[in-house]
Amino acid sequence: MFKWLRGGTGQATAEGGREVLSRSKRHSSALKELHRNLAREENISILDLGATSATNISLFTGKGMKVCTEDLIVASTDPDLQIKDFDGNPTYDVDRFLKDNLAFEMRSFDAVLFWDIADYLPEPLVKPVIERICSLMKPGGHLLAFFHTKDAGPNSPYSRYHIAGEDTLDVQPIPRKGSGGYYKLLRVFNNRHIENLFRDFASLKFFLARDNMREVLIIR
Amino acid sequence: MAETPKIVDRRSDIASIGKSVVIKGELSGSEDLYLDGEVEGSIVLNGNSLTVGPNGRVRAHIKAREVIVHGKVDGNILSAQRVELRRSAAVLGDISSQRIMIEDGAYVKGSIDVQKDVKSSPAQASVPASQAAEVTK
Repeated sequence: MFKWLRGGTGQATAEGGREVLSRSKRHSSALKELHRNLAREENISILDLGATSATNISLFTGKGMKVCTEDLIVASTDPDLQIKDFDGNPTYDVDRFLKDNLAFEMRSFDAVLFWDIADYLPEPLVKPVIERICSLMKPGGHLLAFFHTKDAGPNSPYSRYHIAGEDTLDVQPIPRKGSGGYYKLLRVFNNRHIENLFRDFASLKFFLARDNMREVLIIR
Repeated sequence: MAETPKIVDRRSDIASIGKSVVIKGELSGSEDLYLDGEVEGSIVLNGNSLTVGPNGRVRAHIKAREVIVHGKVDGNILSAQRVELRRSAAVLGDISSQRIMIEDGAYVKGSIDVQKDVKSSPAQASVPASQAAEVTK
């Protein structure tokens, strides 16, 4: 039952007939390495592209870092982005998405927290978003990304990642506004896909976690 | 006969803009303000606090000593002391303050800069809302 719940402590409860997933803790080796690498730097600027986390903002600003946040998954669900092409087929307004999002003047982020966003972004956005992120990072900057493996199952919910320690994340599933349900996995990337996706970056380091997640620390 | 307990409303002590009020232009003052209506332009409350209520819709850059947001702000927030974003808050813009408190559930799209001494920049506070997107990103 609910075997797709990540981490060991998460639980599902029913609230008003709706399934409510509770927070769970998970270990992250990639986060630990990111912490270690960033500890050597000063005047750090971080771009957090996951759901807004008060914990993360407090943590980073408390260390004197500059933080930029933008919830890409929420932004991608804007119904105005669903358009039709010349033949009347449904398509996605990628240009408009990139005009309204990831439009930071700053192009020298030291670290980008990409979390597991690629697994939930609409397909036409995945490549352009990663190209845009690459252009926002400074050479040598770090990108932290997570990818679900096939075993995670299609119902793995999109979650907010709170940094609870140097190598610990507090994972909070986020209900989809209005629907009462959760965002579901749109795809599963394998290692080759991930390498292709980030081919403009200098290096990738994979960490295979025990909870059906593949963590990748990518250097620009 | 039992006396009806008095409800002390903190808002009665400060200037208040109700939820049906719409203001376009520059809003400035030298007292604390509770804003539950709509403002488009700029808000300058040097040395005072601004509370954007749950119905508040601000499309303006804000400059104040302290800013508490329950509603929506589309613009930069420059605070000399403290910014509080409550769980229902949605801010699209850059935040600069000495201290920041964000409740779980608040939405932020923009940069957050916590500085020991936030220097107020008049130019930043008076940028028209129509240019906000260019300034905030």
